[in-house]
Amino acid sequence: MAEEHYLELSENPVQFEHASSVNNVFFDEANKQVFAVRSGGATGVVVKGPDDKSSVAFRMDDKGEVKCIKFSIGNKILAVQRTSKSVDFINFIPDYPHTEFSQECKTKNANILGFCWTNWNEVVFITDQGIEFYQVFPDKRSLKLLKSQSINVNWYQYCPETAVILLSTTVQGNILQPFAFRNGTMSKMSKFEIELPVVPKPAKLSLSERDIAMATIYGQLYVMYLKHHSRTANSPSAEVVLYHLSREGSCKKSHVLKLNTTGKFALNIVDNLVVVHHQSSQTSLIFDIKLKEPDCALNIHQPVLPARSIHPYRIPLSGPAAVPSQPPVPCQLYSSSWSVFQPDIIISASEGYLWYLQVKLPPTVNLLQDKGKLMDFLLRRRECKMVILSVCAQILEVGEKGSLPVVATVFDKLNQVYKDYLEAEQSYTQAMESGPSRGSAAQKRPVRTQAVIDQSDMYTHVLSSFTERKGVSHKFIIAVLMEYIRSLNQFQITVQHYLYELVIKTLVQHNLFYMLHQFLQYHVLSDSKPLACLLLSLESTYPPAHQLSLDMLKRLSTANDEIIEVLLSKQQVLGALRFIRSVGGHDNASARKFLDAAQQTGDQMLFYTVFRSFQQRNQRLRGSPAFNPGEHCEEHVAHFKQLFGEQALMKPSTV
Amino acid sequence: MASGMQEKQYTPSLLSFFIYNPTFGPREGEEEKKILFYHPSDVEKNEKIRNVGLCEAIVQFTRTFCPTKPAKSLHTQKNRQFFFEPEENFWMVMVVRNPMIEKPNKDGKPPTVEYQEEEMLLPSCLLQCYSMYKLFNGTFSRAMQAGGVELLMQKLEKFFYRYLQTLHLQSCDLLDVFGGISFFPLDKMTYLKIQSFVNRVEESLSLIKYTAFLYNDQLIWSGLEQDDMRILYKYLTTSLFPRHSEPELAGRDSPMRPEVAGNLLHYGRFLTGPTNLKDPEAKFRFPKIFVSAEDGYEELHLIVYKVHSLLCFLIASVELTREFCEQLDSLVGPQLTLLASDICEQFTINRRISGPEKEPQFKFIYFNHMNLAEKSTIHMRKTASVCLTSVHPDLMKILGDINCDFARVDEDEEIIVKAMTDYWVVGKKSDQRELYVILNQKNANLIEVNEEVKRLCATQFNNIFFLD
Repeated sequence: MAEEHYLELSENPVQFEHASSVNNVFFDEANKQVFAVRSGGATGVVVKGPDDKSSVAFRMDDKGEVKCIKFSIGNKILAVQRTSKSVDFINFIPDYPHTEFSQECKTKNANILGFCWTNWNEVVFITDQGIEFYQVFPDKRSLKLLKSQSINVNWYQYCPETAVILLSTTVQGNILQPFAFRNGTMSKMSKFEIELPVVPKPAKLSLSERDIAMATIYGQLYVMYLKHHSRTANSPSAEVVLYHLSREGSCKKSHVLKLNTTGKFALNIVDNLVVVHHQSSQTSLIFDIKLKEPDCALNIHQPVLPARSIHPYRIPLSGPAAVPSQPPVPCQLYSSSWSVFQPDIIISASEGYLWYLQVKLPPTVNLLQDKGKLMDFLLRRRECKMVILSVCAQILEVGEKGSLPVVATVFDKLNQVYKDYLEAEQSYTQAMESGPSRGSAAQKRPVRTQAVIDQSDMYTHVLSSFTERKGVSHKFIIAVLMEYIRSLNQFQITVQHYLYELVIKTLVQHNLFYMLHQFLQYHVLSDSKPLACLLLSLESTYPPAHQLSLDMLKRLSTANDEIIEVLLSKQQVLGALRFIRSVGGHDNASARKFLDAAQQTGDQMLFYTVFRSFQQRNQRLRGSPAFNPGEHCEEHVAHFKQLFGEQALMKPSTV
Repeated sequence: MASGMQEKQYTPSLLSFFIYNPTFGPREGEEEKKILFYHPSDVEKNEKIRNVGLCEAIVQFTRTFCPTKPAKSLHTQKNRQFFFEPEENFWMVMVVRNPMIEKPNKDGKPPTVEYQEEEMLLPSCLLQCYSMYKLFNGTFSRAMQAGGVELLMQKLEKFFYRYLQTLHLQSCDLLDVFGGISFFPLDKMTYLKIQSFVNRVEESLSLIKYTAFLYNDQLIWSGLEQDDMRILYKYLTTSLFPRHSEPELAGRDSPMRPEVAGNLLHYGRFLTGPTNLKDPEAKFRFPKIFVSAEDGYEELHLIVYKVHSLLCFLIASVELTREFCEQLDSLVGPQLTLLASDICEQFTINRRISGPEKEPQFKFIYFNHMNLAEKSTIHMRKTASVCLTSVHPDLMKILGDINCDFARVDEDEEIIVKAMTDYWVVGKKSDQRELYVILNQKNANLIEVNEEVKRLCATQFNNIFFLD
């Protein structure tokens, strides 16, 4: 069976000392740092971040059990919460006093539920009675209250990417109040209600913090609600409901993800996919909210792929946790000791590992039969290029009956993305050329994602090897190439010469000259000098190629020199002469070239005519029929004299 | 000429047409065996033998002068004989009476007959006879191999008996000599869509070996080789389509009645094979044709399927069943209906660009030997029986003469003829292209005519390389 695990844990997890009675472990979603606090900090605090730079180790006085510990952005200030009334701060800025300072919450009788850093020096306290937004002055070792808002809070969630704090309010807890923070300002966003499956009587807290998560998907902030099935409310299985939280407008229920099962779930966001882990079946599902379901009502989504477990993971030998004598142990996946954090973090506190969840694209190829849908899915993924190219190669390889419409669909999807990129690039270039003054300074150079599969990618990775593969009918090869060219044309993308070359090569190989002729006749292969030259080279095997080539050169209208060369090489000296006259190039024409060609024909009358024609030209231009020394026509003059005698030379006109 | 006494003009007419093979009766007394087909059939046996013998002798005699190129025709005062050896030792001969003018005489004397001796464009006609036979029957030697002389004679009799009746020597003109193909002008994108359609059809219906596409009797795409397409095009445009367009014009069998296939309305129908798929009695027989293949010839079935003016014919390799036809109808019909509307749009755009249908500014005939493309603003409508041209037959004859001149030399040349009544006829040959222009300008001189032709080339043929 082919590899089917499309999710995996990162190969190099962040390792930390696992949680124990003497070691408390905390995770900060904002900086993605794990804090291992031994004995309240007295025997050491080890901070491990995603990279070495964000890893710190230090000691602090044990002033009681640590409830929460977080660095401000950039590891400038450490905040530690030990009681429900205050938060302590320690400067980590060099040259600043290191002594702790403390801040109590302003609201009387309130309990601090937690705090979040929204900037390097801005912190928000969330209490059961509201929120307090402070600015920290590390030099003065004091805080200043910027703004506060009183509201009954059950629990809160923080999305560090967008600096939005979500508060659960009311008795049932299902009215959510978001606040956004930015550069010292706090703005209240409009609140919204989560529809509960059953309304409890009497009212009690019914919306758990565990069932709500916030994350950005495709650049938009969503509140994800894990709606469990309920026997009374006629919902046979659980679902995830997504609420789109826009900065200005209200919050709207936007997507429903059908889980088709029940039990305990956890959510991650990886590469803009919603991953739903199901503990009892030890599998995960992925959803792409941009993937439209044709047979589903608007914005109701089924899993993109069948449920599969995360790829088996073995705890590596090296590392502090491993005992050298033991073989690598398979890690228990979906363990109840796992904690899942947004967007893509899985932590096993008992084993001391932090993993990033990753999507592996290659296995998805065999799990998703609908190639059009597969392309839609892949094109939105980060590391998609090679997978997409391999899918292209694969559908061409199979070459089964009825695969052409699939090929066409895939090409159209690729070229849509390609075209969008080209257009963005073009408008960027235009904006740059017209000068940055016109208020378009904000325009950024479009990012070329991996989903932009251009013609050279297709040529190098798919088409060139496909056309050379044995056992593929030439009919199919040509059909595929034409389909690609059709698709490019449909999106008004200029087709590169090497694709035409590939078409011509294939046609010539199978002696399909008439087909080639028809393609040229309808300008399916666009005119260009290289193409015209390629055609010229085919003349010996297919004589009409000569005419096709000349026509093409004529249409280009910049290839008059080439036309002259072709005609002269065919000994059509008179034709060449008449042509150069008709395009007005006679005055600058190289007489030598024409005389050479005329002499080679061995036709004396022709030589005479050509010679006299150039003498007349000389007369008209310079008042004398003689050739300039620079024209190197001495031998031709001699030849002329020898054939027709001195007296046949045109005399300088005396008038 | 005395008034009331009308001259009588006789157009060229077919006197006899025969096919023989000298190796079939080499001994004396066996001469009759050489004759495979003779028209008219009621000629006395000895005369047949005599005529065949004469041709044989002429060919043998002229061969001594040029072994590779024996005589092609023999011109006498009254008639002309054309010889053609399409396959080794098989000779086709056509004897045509020269056109003549009968001038009645006074006093009850027998009228005087004057035979015209102009170039006749008939050698191509003989080649066409053979090509047409070959399209439907394969080569002579194929019949020989399959069933000997008897089979060949049967086939010849069956084919040529009917075919010769459709020959119209008097209306044979330059276009018949060219045997060209009129191409439908189409933009690249629509053309690529057609390509895409053709490829898909051939992929999903693997019985279909070749596909070709026509719109308004003009070719868009041919999967067949050029020579096969040329003769098939001739058959379709001069025989099959006219036969089918007449009932349409009469309102019977209206193609405007859409067939319902699934949910899609489409207007497709078969021109060969079953007229109505729903008819339980329908016969699924398609004409057989022979086209060139890598190893000789292959026998195929011709399916002609039509939607509006768009026609697609598909060629399959085996006998076809009802299931296949239904599958084809449901697959091809809806897609062709879409394509037809695309192309129709193009057609109206083209028409708008080229202006309303008025008398064309220039009267010309263009032909390219390379792709057999022909274009004529002289011919209004061409069917098998009638050929309407907008110019006087005498001018057409001049065109024929110029063409004969061109055929004799390889180099590019230009011929300008001053005809009667202010007409100028210009013939140009550049590489493999020929252009014939008829101009009617009062008191024009040679230079003006030359300029006028240049103007035509610049407007009508600016995208091809035409030497001045």
